[in-house]
Amino acid sequence: MNRADTFHPFARVLHWLMAIAILSMLFIGAGMVTSVESKHAWLLAIHRPLGMTIFVLALIRLGFRLAHPPPPLPADLPEWQKLAAHASHWLLYALMIAMPLIGWGMLSAGNYPVTLGAGLRLPPILPADGPLFGWLRDAHRYLAWLFFLTFLAHMGAALMHGLIRRDGVLQSMTGGKPPV
Amino acid sequence: MHEPENRRPPAHTAWRWALIGVAVVGAAAAFGYVGGWLAPDRLTPKRIIDALQNNAGVYPGYRRNHPKGVCVMGRFESSGALSPYSAAQLFSPGTSTPVVGRLAIPGGNPYAGDSSAPIRSFALRFDMADGEQWRTGMNAMPVFPVTTAKSFYDLQVATHPDPATGKPDPQKAGAFFSAHPEAGPFLAWIKTAKPSASYTTETYRSLNAFYLRDKAGQKHAVRWQVVPEHPETGDGGPAAGDTDYLAADLAKRLGQGPVRWHLQMILATDGDPIDDATKIWPDDRQVVDAGTVVIDRMEAQANGPCRDVNYDPTILPQGIEVSNDPLLVARSAAYADSYRRRTTEEAHVPGTAQPKEKQ
Repeated sequence: MNRADTFHPFARVLHWLMAIAILSMLFIGAGMVTSVESKHAWLLAIHRPLGMTIFVLALIRLGFRLAHPPPPLPADLPEWQKLAAHASHWLLYALMIAMPLIGWGMLSAGNYPVTLGAGLRLPPILPADGPLFGWLRDAHRYLAWLFFLTFLAHMGAALMHGLIRRDGVLQSMTGGKPPV
Repeated sequence: MHEPENRRPPAHTAWRWALIGVAVVGAAAAFGYVGGWLAPDRLTPKRIIDALQNNAGVYPGYRRNHPKGVCVMGRFESSGALSPYSAAQLFSPGTSTPVVGRLAIPGGNPYAGDSSAPIRSFALRFDMADGEQWRTGMNAMPVFPVTTAKSFYDLQVATHPDPATGKPDPQKAGAFFSAHPEAGPFLAWIKTAKPSASYTTETYRSLNAFYLRDKAGQKHAVRWQVVPEHPETGDGGPAAGDTDYLAADLAKRLGQGPVRWHLQMILATDGDPIDDATKIWPDDRQVVDAGTVVIDRMEAQANGPCRDVNYDPTILPQGIEVSNDPLLVARSAAYADSYRRRTTEEAHVPGTAQPKEKQ
């Protein structure tokens, strides 16, 4: 199998690890703001450290991606689909980095201690400012929806490549054998 | 990549598309369920705050509960007596910790008269030297009326003012209370409770229980209260018709010097209810005087330092922990929604409620 057709194994490990983390994060976020029982507390307790983990992994992944170009998209892929693929990938990168920063900044603006648990606390990155909290809080919510919609498009497109086009794009990330 | 001509067209294309559709729609539905859009019956922070707004009206920029109040500033001077029970740094002997507090009256109307309810509340944020915080919201009453968030929500619905009379329907309220015998101690108390003429003469209680954790890792269940150092009632109460006497009284007292409360920790013994704020603990429980809350300044809340503080009672330093009291998590969740609403209103985020034009 031609290794140039697949992502680097490190990129694949990061991708799937972060896929689980980010999808969990979106569900945890949606669940914690709509619950008033004890699960609200433990979801919140996971949300912050997991968010910072995603932030660190996203920076590592972005650096690795810039140093290791991904396999090219199939030559026969329609131009609009190529464009959509590139745009959605960079949107996903932007959200992976922006969402934790907005969360962190939002807690800072709300003058909350940014506790990650186990006595770990991050310094504030913005001054205490109620209206700024308001803006960031809403941005966190609406960008989370955008993140989820982009994920749906990404998953749908990946399955389309794997099941309909069968062009090896899905396998470039799963590491499986492309269909012939 | 594989050349297109090498690829066989896939069999069962319709089924393959259906599979993709199921995956995408399934994921969206799961998200919709967890996010509450597909579960409209779930009790959410939004529904609790909507119920409060539904009873009192929407006052953009204000807290959705206890919106009328004043900011107070000062410090907490630790006696050191609590340091064997809690590792929190603010309880070490001789430590002075700045506080930003808020004295308020209950209800949802920021223009309500000070005598509209016989309850006052005191919220405090302790800003510890290492950046940790302790936030607490206390009420001048012995117990809370209900045990759970669901009952609190039902209470709001049952006491919704009748549009005809402006008062709750006594039948609905009566039906609620007969279905909620746990409200007995609260009802017995409020029957004889009178609105105090001063914020400074009241004892404010955490109502919910918490755990202290000492340096050895041992947990101690507690409730706390701040007890006025000089609980005298002063010069006989407000003039008739005065609806804003509490802030004026506080200004007058602070003009004469700082006002002090003792922070007392009440230690539970085995069998005391830790998860039920409707139950009074017996009087003979051990009380530890943790130190003195000294308030020396006040400021109107419109631009005061307490305005943008969410007094979420689950924001605790190392050495204090939440108990299993279901109200604590619910307060945290609901306060967060109230805070989101009022800060987005303050920020004039498009689509948020805005104050009506001044006449």
